[in-house]
Amino acid sequence: MDWFENGWGLSLIVFLPVVGAAITLAIPKARESMIKWTALVFSLVTLALAVLLAVQFDYSNADTYQFGTAIDTPWIEAINAHFHIAVDGISLPMVVLSALITVLVIIYSWNHWPEPHNPKLLLAFVLILATGMTGTFVALDLVLFFLFFEVVLLPMYFMIGIWGDRGIREVPIVKWKMEMRLYASLKFFVFTLAGSAFMLLGFLALYFRSADVLGERSFSMIELSEIGAAGAFTGTFAFLVFLGLFLGFAVKVPMWPVHTWLPDAHTAAPTIGSVILAAILLKLGTYGFIRIALPILPAEAENWAWFIGLLAVIGIIYGSLACLAQTDVKRLIAYSSVGHMGFVMLGIATLTDVGINAAVIGMVAHGLITGLLFFIAGSMAHRYHTRDMGRLGGNMVLMPKMGLLLGFAAMASLGLPALAGFWGEFMALMASFNPLESLGQDGLFRGFMVVGAVGTVLTAGYMLYMLRNVNFGEPADEWVGKEFHDVDRSEWLAWAPLVIGTIAIGIFPKIIFGATNDAVIGLVERAFGG
Amino acid sequence: MIRLATFAQQLILATEEGSHGAEEAAHGIEPGITDGLLVEWAWLIVVVPLVAAFLILFFGKKLPMKGWELSFGSIAFVGVYGSILFFLNATEGIVYEGTIEIAQIGSYLLEWGWMVDGLSIMMYFLVGVVGTLVFMYAKGYMHGDIRYTWFFVSFSLFAGGMLVLVSAPNLIQLIVGWELVGVASYLLIGHYWEDFANVDAANKAFMVNKVADAALFLGAIIMAVSVGSFSFEAVLDVVVQGERGALSQYAFWAGLLIFIGAMGKSAQFPLHVWLPDAMAGPTPVSALMHAATMVTAGVYLLGRLFPFYLDVDGLFGGDVRNIIIIIGGLTLFLTGFIAIVQDDIKKVLAYSTVSQLGYMIAAMGAGAYTAGLFHLFTHAFFKALLFLGAGSVIHAVHSNNMSDMGGLRKKMPITFWTFIIGTLALIGIFPFAGFFSKDEILASMKYAGGHGQGVANFILVLGILGAFVTAFYMTRAVALTFFGEYKGTAHPHESPKSMAYPLIGLGFFAATAGWVNIPGVYTGFTDWLATRVPLTGAPGGEGLDLHHAESFDWPVLIISTTMVLLAVFIGWRIYGKDAETQMARDRVRIPVLWPLLENKYYIDDLYMSGIVRPTMGPLARIVLWFDMNVVDGIVNGVGLGALGVAKGVQSIDANVIDGLYNATGAGTGTAGTILRKSFTGRVQQYAAFSFVGVLVIAVLFIIF
Repeated sequence: MDWFENGWGLSLIVFLPVVGAAITLAIPKARESMIKWTALVFSLVTLALAVLLAVQFDYSNADTYQFGTAIDTPWIEAINAHFHIAVDGISLPMVVLSALITVLVIIYSWNHWPEPHNPKLLLAFVLILATGMTGTFVALDLVLFFLFFEVVLLPMYFMIGIWGDRGIREVPIVKWKMEMRLYASLKFFVFTLAGSAFMLLGFLALYFRSADVLGERSFSMIELSEIGAAGAFTGTFAFLVFLGLFLGFAVKVPMWPVHTWLPDAHTAAPTIGSVILAAILLKLGTYGFIRIALPILPAEAENWAWFIGLLAVIGIIYGSLACLAQTDVKRLIAYSSVGHMGFVMLGIATLTDVGINAAVIGMVAHGLITGLLFFIAGSMAHRYHTRDMGRLGGNMVLMPKMGLLLGFAAMASLGLPALAGFWGEFMALMASFNPLESLGQDGLFRGFMVVGAVGTVLTAGYMLYMLRNVNFGEPADEWVGKEFHDVDRSEWLAWAPLVIGTIAIGIFPKIIFGATNDAVIGLVERAFGG
Repeated sequence: MIRLATFAQQLILATEEGSHGAEEAAHGIEPGITDGLLVEWAWLIVVVPLVAAFLILFFGKKLPMKGWELSFGSIAFVGVYGSILFFLNATEGIVYEGTIEIAQIGSYLLEWGWMVDGLSIMMYFLVGVVGTLVFMYAKGYMHGDIRYTWFFVSFSLFAGGMLVLVSAPNLIQLIVGWELVGVASYLLIGHYWEDFANVDAANKAFMVNKVADAALFLGAIIMAVSVGSFSFEAVLDVVVQGERGALSQYAFWAGLLIFIGAMGKSAQFPLHVWLPDAMAGPTPVSALMHAATMVTAGVYLLGRLFPFYLDVDGLFGGDVRNIIIIIGGLTLFLTGFIAIVQDDIKKVLAYSTVSQLGYMIAAMGAGAYTAGLFHLFTHAFFKALLFLGAGSVIHAVHSNNMSDMGGLRKKMPITFWTFIIGTLALIGIFPFAGFFSKDEILASMKYAGGHGQGVANFILVLGILGAFVTAFYMTRAVALTFFGEYKGTAHPHESPKSMAYPLIGLGFFAATAGWVNIPGVYTGFTDWLATRVPLTGAPGGEGLDLHHAESFDWPVLIISTTMVLLAVFIGWRIYGKDAETQMARDRVRIPVLWPLLENKYYIDDLYMSGIVRPTMGPLARIVLWFDMNVVDGIVNGVGLGALGVAKGVQSIDANVIDGLYNATGAGTGTAGTILRKSFTGRVQQYAAFSFVGVLVIAVLFIIF
């Protein structure tokens, strides 16, 4: 298994999907089932390799990078960029999650094609996304990271733009009337791109400045982290670089107040687009904070911690309140992500081992649970042809299994203990009670903790409100006498792993913490002196 | 394990030479069982009902009895296992704690585990025995229900959650069980979800509890971070050794917040509002969850952390004790009155439950460990009995309202006589169960000690008045239900055997459960609980004071019994007549007081118009409007303005996407050309953005 361990295994996990996409595109359009099977096989093999990765991973050395290519594998020699990929305990769960979600999305698509059909193009986009997502989580070179980070942009843009919601929406202030899909895809693209432009500037600045210490310019995240922890980047320079990185990552997370692309994108996107967006794409931002911003610029991270924490708790309360005023099921779930990612960012802002562990498990849990919620919301919208909670109701009568799953997902989402969502939320609050000592901001963060706790109450409030209006009561007259197909086979296949994962991580969080804990402790020790 | 055994030994030593000397003889039990299969496999108590819940969910409908057999079998297993443990604990004493590591996060260890000690064994016994009887009853009561199988899924989930809670060796597992029973409660209150009234009651219960749970979360966090561990053992270790560490610094907040959590679950004023509404659930649910077991979780928690709240030498949360006793006192006094004006028999019992929980909480606040838990123990039997009796009546007359009942004593003799036993136990007539436990609580108020004695004396007065109120509303309920003439329209008859036998079983316990703790005669109950209360060796060498009286407190006993008899007498004079007089007298409305009581002191209205509606309505809508217009507007405006190519982008975009869309729809063009086309468009845009970005950064560099 040498080939698997010296970088080939990981490279396959990253690039198999894009190869699959190329093959899919080469198959004639008429041969639809061949297209579907090709995409499924490629995603399944990728998942199998990712699982093998998780099995072979040396958990007692979770803090060291494993399965990687050599650090000096040349790539673009002119700018000293290397093809360096590897996983540690923090990225491992994200890689497995990405591979899993890709498979589930393809299974779900089997007989749920959004208009205008065209499985070939849609599946190709899904597979390209998969490469971008896993690539981002394993890249250890800033140029490589940036490349993967941007690769996800276009497929998602087209996914929303082509297969999205064709309802008309009036753009606030400017009063243009646009189709939802066009508005949302444009907004998603502009926001993310604007953010990553600043991020790129930050990367470049680090590259040029690194020569002062290293002797030559470097994009290596490992080298930059080493010199960063030793205090290479300070003053206004460090501030501006952190600002650039912050903008790039915060848009992606998204943090308040740059979150406004998210409700539109989620609402307009086709079901599988929403699922990928919620389950994985949002995590690229939080992962960027943990992997790049914190270790390379630890001193700046300490300066920014209070600000990030503040935006996080504003997001928690604000997102939850916005949920309470929603009438559109999908939009409600979209806003709930703002709140949930607020908890993740609060954990990160504490700069402690507990907080960052909470963030990683929160990311995984949100991926599973909100992914499931979007799947269900999509399937319900497909059957009812509406997402309006004013018209829905009595779903437990019409589709009891769907209703039960929605209830489960809602309970998981509100952070019910013994399900996955609980750990991230609870541990983030716990970390806020004792943030990094050198911050000297115990009082402030304890205030955040209390606000976060209020957020958990509001979260319960809007989830119960949604369940009340969608699931309970008698069905409205317009649904009486109509045939509704309850959960079908491809839905069961796509959703069961999410349900099982949510329960398993809830009961036995070591599935995640077992990988992350040592890696996070190491990261915090190196960056902030433990 | 060695530590626990040491605790117990210290306890014995300390109580033997303790300065209070109340129970020197009583604490002579050295835990005889600290290992062995029986305790090592006790985790089955927790797991079996949970597994049953899952099995019923998947296979219940295919079984001959629609899943009931699994549900009943699992709870009967708990009953038998719990009884064995209970018996062995009484004779030999048991102390054991098993744990399984589930994760390490930072320096904190997360574990599942199962405690087998006096306190949790009592709860296993209660949940198992009362549960077995109630599940048996539910078979008849729920017969023909539209969601019969689902009911037993939820009910078994509750049993499992409750056992997770009481077996918890650490705060995390406690919270897990705590919220699991909350969800089960939500599901069962909203069992008839076709009617939004029931859904709203379920939501109310969940939300009020969630508010309290948020406080519990914070309290648990503060406590765990100060001690460095979630385990009760570690927390109590710090308390016992009296270290002035971080815990004493934050003890007040930890203690207060955890108590607020207990207030939610145990329905203490002013968070009691959910419990009466919870009566929307089927009656077996009310009996087992909302009377006997789940709502006592708060009392249990105070018992589990008792040494912390007892606050030796004022190190930990001393002021919290005063708050606890005051909240308990207010609850027991205020809510009992509301029961007087209720027509719904289940609501009478619900307010009665709130009031009785107030007694227990007040006792814990007064530092009376045995008294509080003893009342928890006896109350579980007689209140479950009363609810099942009420359910039997409701089953017969198809109405919850006492104005549709009356004269049922002859038609339903078993229900009547067992209900009478429950009533006598509740109002505290010798020798029924409630007599001993309530008397012990009242007596314990005199020994609260410290700076809280003044408060405790006041609560003692409230407690005696509360006993009067209790006796009065129960007399009213019995008279309106079983005496006079029948006022309803259905044709009532005695309930089937599966419902009658549980009534008789609970009647036995309601009559006799108090005999396990008779001051001066036999005080076994005190010993059973005391096998592990690790508060010894505190600074000053003072032993644990369980405030257990060695003999009856005759003045308190005589006064309270007199008050009870007086209340029964007055109640009977008012309501013990024929139906017409009953109705007429029940319609008398005392000005000011009756509107106040009928509107439940306007607390529900205050919450609705003060918190819920403003949040759901204006506040949420303002935030959404703000988001859609202000934040979105600014961000869009900045973005588009900075580009200065807004319209251009729009047209590019619309063209590209629409082009692609049309191409896709029409099925023309290969993907390659499509991608190439769109990439070309994007690259230009990309460059434009990067340019703007560079420009902004450049400007910033110049400024700084």
